[in-house]
Amino acid sequence: MTREMTHAMTHDGPDTDHRLDGMAQGVLGRPEPRPEGALKVTGRAVYTGDQQVAGMVHGALVRATITRGRVTTLHSAPVLEMPGVLAVIDDARLVRFSGQGATTKPPAGDAAEVVYHGQPVALVVAETLEQARHAALRLRVDYAEEPGAATGPEEPAAEVELPEKKQSVTGEPDAALEAADAVIDRIYRTSSMSSAPMEPHASLAEWQGGKLVLHSTLQMLASAQGQVAAALGIEAEDVRVLAPHVGGGFGSKLGISPETVAAAIAAQRLGRPVSVVCSRPQSMETTSRRSETLQRIQLGADDEGRLTMIGHEALVSNLPGQKFSEPVQQATPFTYEAAHRRVVHRVARVHRLLCASVRAPGESVGATAFECAMDELADKLGMCPVALRLRNIPKLEPGTGRPFSSHKLAEALTTGARRFGWEHRHASLRARREGEWWIGMGMSSLVRVNTVMEAKARVTLSLEGSALVETDMTDIGTGSYAILTQIAAEMLGLPMGSVETVLGDTDLPASSGSGGSFGAASTGSAVYLACLELRSKLAEAMGCPEPELTLKDGHAIHDNRKVPLATLMGGAAMQAEGHLIPGEAEDKARQATWGAAFAEVGVNAVTGEIRVRRMLGTFAIGRVLNAQTARSQALGGMIWGIGMALTEELVHDARDGHIVNRDLAEYHVPVNADVPALEVHFIEERDDWAPMQAKGIGELGICGAGAAIVNAVHNACGVRVRSLPMTVDKVLAGLVEIDAEAQ
Amino acid sequence: MHVTLTINDTKHHLELDPRVTLLDAIRHHAGLTGTKKGCDHGQCGACTVMVNGRRINSCLSLAVMHDGDAITTIEGLGTPEALSPLQAAFIETDGFQCGYCTPGQICSATAMLEEIRAGWPSHVSETLDGPALPTEAEIAERMSGNLCRCSAYPNIIAAIRLAAAEREDAA
Repeated sequence: MTREMTHAMTHDGPDTDHRLDGMAQGVLGRPEPRPEGALKVTGRAVYTGDQQVAGMVHGALVRATITRGRVTTLHSAPVLEMPGVLAVIDDARLVRFSGQGATTKPPAGDAAEVVYHGQPVALVVAETLEQARHAALRLRVDYAEEPGAATGPEEPAAEVELPEKKQSVTGEPDAALEAADAVIDRIYRTSSMSSAPMEPHASLAEWQGGKLVLHSTLQMLASAQGQVAAALGIEAEDVRVLAPHVGGGFGSKLGISPETVAAAIAAQRLGRPVSVVCSRPQSMETTSRRSETLQRIQLGADDEGRLTMIGHEALVSNLPGQKFSEPVQQATPFTYEAAHRRVVHRVARVHRLLCASVRAPGESVGATAFECAMDELADKLGMCPVALRLRNIPKLEPGTGRPFSSHKLAEALTTGARRFGWEHRHASLRARREGEWWIGMGMSSLVRVNTVMEAKARVTLSLEGSALVETDMTDIGTGSYAILTQIAAEMLGLPMGSVETVLGDTDLPASSGSGGSFGAASTGSAVYLACLELRSKLAEAMGCPEPELTLKDGHAIHDNRKVPLATLMGGAAMQAEGHLIPGEAEDKARQATWGAAFAEVGVNAVTGEIRVRRMLGTFAIGRVLNAQTARSQALGGMIWGIGMALTEELVHDARDGHIVNRDLAEYHVPVNADVPALEVHFIEERDDWAPMQAKGIGELGICGAGAAIVNAVHNACGVRVRSLPMTVDKVLAGLVEIDAEAQ
Repeated sequence: MHVTLTINDTKHHLELDPRVTLLDAIRHHAGLTGTKKGCDHGQCGACTVMVNGRRINSCLSLAVMHDGDAITTIEGLGTPEALSPLQAAFIETDGFQCGYCTPGQICSATAMLEEIRAGWPSHVSETLDGPALPTEAEIAERMSGNLCRCSAYPNIIAAIRLAAAEREDAA
């Protein structure tokens, strides 16, 4: 027998009780190792592509070789005669690109209608992987091509839209700029980018009775379950999705991808389990990407560095009809004070791979460009870049007048500057030279909006004194297993080893999933609420108010009484479900995470090569749930900043829009030797407006870190690159220009 | 084609399509899925295994080329109950996040430390004659064939240095 209870909480306002601080176990916040670590380091953690079931066959995607048009004929017959080939699937339900995150709406459209070069149009299934791959390459496809499709956002043929809700004007920006003592008006560009998780997108579909069992590389299971069901035309309860281990996602696994639906259709048709593992190029070309951006940033300031005008215009791209557009200016309205403002957001309709969320959509590229502009303004004013930022921190959210849930930018800046040794920076350019290398320092603010999502989790307390945490949450490397285990252990007074966390199965209560830095606070709160309910029942049995109950090492303690938990449980296991419901809190206060990044770089005066020599980041994210996994997330974010600043660029063929460098040899993610000594420092705080006083950490690092490098390069050698990544050719051109001017 | 692979001291007699890579033979035919496929093009290092003691990208090699070879995969280095020093160090320093590149990192690091011990120079070595030392720069250089998109690099270096130091202490 198990007693079941539910504790639901709508998140409407601040919580000053800080209950977690009063718990006794002492494991929350500690740098506890990941509970699943031993499985991962020994190769025993089973990922989607590792699944092998009896009778399993293999599918390989076939992709369009035109940019826009229709498939007229699939020449399936010769392929079906090849050894081992079982089927050529060209079903109207096949999807063309990934679904967006946090929606049960599947990607729209008919796979026979080609909208970008490289789009999946069919699936070939064979007994073995080798046979399927070979046959897929041999499948001849005829098309009725529609020429003239725009493939670049700045092509005249590209239709440009201005979504009404994404434009805003406050005051008189043009007049303010005119009247300003110092003005910056510059164009910055960031490149099309790929999430490129190490685990390629993959799905294994098996039909059991009328139900689909789907192992898939996904970040958010409940919404993906809905997407799969809708794409197939079946009920969501007839789909079970499993993803206990996911090899990174970074946004690209928020929604379903083409191989998911293809595997399900093929498995249904053949009556056998079908595995479809994307090749690396397919993983990069058939899912989603981050839009390239063109950003015009205008800043006006008085002679003491007070901003009077902020203008931020952006041009991004996406496929026709797609609602998502990289929210470049997401943090622009509230990061700095300025009476006069203008935000312009343009979306060019292009026939390139879908744009969707990639780690920190918006601020990753928006804050990065903005923080470069701030550096240029500091330069123009002859001000310290840290001081310029400190001077412009608003007390209330500009425009709305809402309070900030917590605003730690100033502390992040000053603490970071002190720990980094910012006082050793030379204000003048080209002031430090070591051999062939110019050495310089740069910095930037970090800012990322913070949010929570609806989440449920179930916690079962056994008579043996162990707890089981269950939710469909995923761990994509973020540390979900660790922190959910820690929260339950802390709340229930159990050692880490007595708590087991089971994730990644839609048969379990629906969580927030992983994305947008909301996973830990949202699903963590659901675990917290479930535990709170269990504590209430234990307190009742103990005969004390719940807040006075101490739980530690499997015992309940109150006054001078200490008893094992089992004595309070009435002979039965206890189970509770926690349910976090986002409420008005988000409207009442502006929530964000804050930080600062500092970088020291060397620029080779002869070759233009850039080496990041050291970096430091400060992070104010509310309560730190696990000091080690949080640090790892912060490191990852900063290193993504290095990638954005120096190496990462999806190159699209100007003729047909296809991604030229769709593999890991040509799309350059940072490697070990690109990464210097990095220091992470958390600004410890409790944000009352966040449930558990904890906010997100997965994305903040990338939201400006790249700018610290750009600004350091300028400080080192005087070259200001406004088009990322700062490849050697761009730096070298700048060095040559400076040398020519000097002569 | 008939191929005999000795994987982690166990002989596997396999009947293989000649197109089967060593990686797919290990994963799909020997059933050892600890070795991962990240790119299938020798670009990411997730498939790193040791063949006769040397680290290689198993995706770039056909299984039929390895008849009679002795292969060590991540499963052969340790188990959750009996971790190798590097495996334990990766857990201690959080040298991974999603864990997908981790088997390759650990296999690569295991062989890499032997290369350093044997005095093999790298691009960043001061001299070609050695001795080579497991410094941060040497490890970063020698491990740059193993990509980690979670970017656990600083912790990977810390793990390898920890394991190397423990081994020195024990010696």
